[in-house]
Amino acid sequence: MTTFYLLLPVLFIVIFNLPFGKWMRSAAPWLAAGLILFQTVTSVTGLPAGWAAGLATVDGWLKFSAAVPDQFGQVMMFSVGVVSAAALAVGYSLFADEPKRFSFLNLLLISKTAMTGIILSQDLFSVYVFLEITSIASFVLISLNKDKAGLSGAYNYIVLSALATVFLLGSIGFLFLLTGGTGFADVANAVTASPHRLTASIALGFLVIGLFIKGGIVPFHGWLPDAYANSPAAVSVLLAGIVTKVSGLYTLIRLVALTSGLPAGLKEILLAVGALSVTVAAVIAVTQTNFKRVLAWSSISQIGYIVLGFATGSALGIAGAVFHILNHSLFKSLLFVNAAAVEKRAGTLELASLGGLQSKMPVTSSTSLVAALSTAGVPPLAGFWSKLLIIMALWQSHQHIYALIAILASVLTLAYLLIIQARVFWGKLKESFTAVTEAGPLITVTSVVLALLNIGVGLGFPFVFDRFFKPIKDILFR
Amino acid sequence: MTLILIVSVLMLIAVLWTVMARSLIRSMLGLALVSVGVTMLMFLFAAPLAGVFELSVCAGLITVIFAATVSLTKPMPAADRAKYSKERLKRYWPVPVLMLLAGAACFLFLKIPDFAALPAVANAENSVRHILWHGRTLDLAGQVLLILLGAFGVITLFKEIKNQ
Repeated sequence: MTTFYLLLPVLFIVIFNLPFGKWMRSAAPWLAAGLILFQTVTSVTGLPAGWAAGLATVDGWLKFSAAVPDQFGQVMMFSVGVVSAAALAVGYSLFADEPKRFSFLNLLLISKTAMTGIILSQDLFSVYVFLEITSIASFVLISLNKDKAGLSGAYNYIVLSALATVFLLGSIGFLFLLTGGTGFADVANAVTASPHRLTASIALGFLVIGLFIKGGIVPFHGWLPDAYANSPAAVSVLLAGIVTKVSGLYTLIRLVALTSGLPAGLKEILLAVGALSVTVAAVIAVTQTNFKRVLAWSSISQIGYIVLGFATGSALGIAGAVFHILNHSLFKSLLFVNAAAVEKRAGTLELASLGGLQSKMPVTSSTSLVAALSTAGVPPLAGFWSKLLIIMALWQSHQHIYALIAILASVLTLAYLLIIQARVFWGKLKESFTAVTEAGPLITVTSVVLALLNIGVGLGFPFVFDRFFKPIKDILFR
Repeated sequence: MTLILIVSVLMLIAVLWTVMARSLIRSMLGLALVSVGVTMLMFLFAAPLAGVFELSVCAGLITVIFAATVSLTKPMPAADRAKYSKERLKRYWPVPVLMLLAGAACFLFLKIPDFAALPAVANAENSVRHILWHGRTLDLAGQVLLILLGAFGVITLFKEIKNQ
């Protein structure tokens, strides 16, 4: 499995860059798209038996110790694949410069492979290695256009990411001191059975702070709005759709739930942080005047929901949190893809300059509405179910105030996303946009597929929940 | 133990110098000295292979790359330099103060526990190859990915400078 998910993309990158001439550069995006889609589908369906056995043999030769992904890992790998494919489609539509487009392709594959590495790792130090690769790939991707805004966004990210690195390495150092190992089992021992409680608590605290920064969770979110809003459109899709979720939240949920469960103090902190993220970011989103900035703040708000679900510490809450990570990757990628379409055709993302685009971009407008309703948690779309699970888990854990905050913030979410819809797509068409059309087949098809996934996951909730989210109880609470 | 403490204190002084130095070249030298300190600690903890890596890569190669990069930058005008020099102390004085306070707090209040899980000195030098190829293969895959990323990062960010 590790060979298939980690080494095959590396092999593809190497082949793309061998001097095969122009035809390889033309074929590269299609080969990469094929690989990403194949890996995405097989992450949930599994590989054919013969392939799996052969790849397991190669894994054995190479002494790979990573695990076969469980349902939690499968959901994450599916999300990574879908968002990467969407980012690739947007990148190939929008980067006019061929060398830049090719660099984007290589960096995207590296970023996707590193995120897969995080998901497959069973060792904290390996997780750290892949986290750093994901972050460095993100720095380069954010500054791909080499404009002042992009470089400034990347710089903020680098500075805060370096701080996160210090905390993560410090945590790994302490845990290594306690147990002499960095595998998840060693970490679990360190936190639960070590006689050095203070050192173990400091290690856990450092780990949480480091992952909070990587995940852009309030109050460590300073880098996120600039990074999302100033990146090239395709990079925004990738960052907002999945990077921060895998870098911060996935690792946090996997490690904390697997190793120690949630200590009471940490639970209270997470609940407060989640509620703060949900409300403050939603209020700030309402005041934004730029399409992508609204979406960036909306992302911080949605991350808050994931933290709230996780903070309940219950199987239902964590299942809701993981489900919301998947849904967030679907609806937020769709919104950023549509923002890219609008920017490509209208040439601006300032809300004051936009208006009435529905008649010219009906597919973009309709899919945006689907994404907005899904984000706000309107039934029967995907976002409704994950929010429902999170709110139910909060209620069952007797966190009634937080449940109420989650419900009210959903109303606020619906408000600011409908404001965007109204100011960008509805109303009177501005004269300067009379010649505007849809953004091209690649972006339009991507939007439609993501919208269908939002609807499909929502309508197929019983199957999706039973197949992927119910087992999370056994995976994380064994 | 005394030698370890002396090297550690010298490293902290080099760290301060790196952060507070007036010029990039001096900062770069400070950073190289920190790496030399780390190398000495690694030798003292009987991990010579790690020490050699630290010395050759961090103190050597990275310093050369920094020197090459600094040589491409434009020096600060004299007037700005004088202004910056004054502001520098104002801006950075909390750093040494905080370091001293943290050191004093550790000395007074922190009882260093006996971490029995780890040996007092590294005993893995003979089996580095074994550890890398049998225990940390996933990290090696990450290393390959990181090298590729470094190459693409440099190409992507610096290639067009020639054209401009």
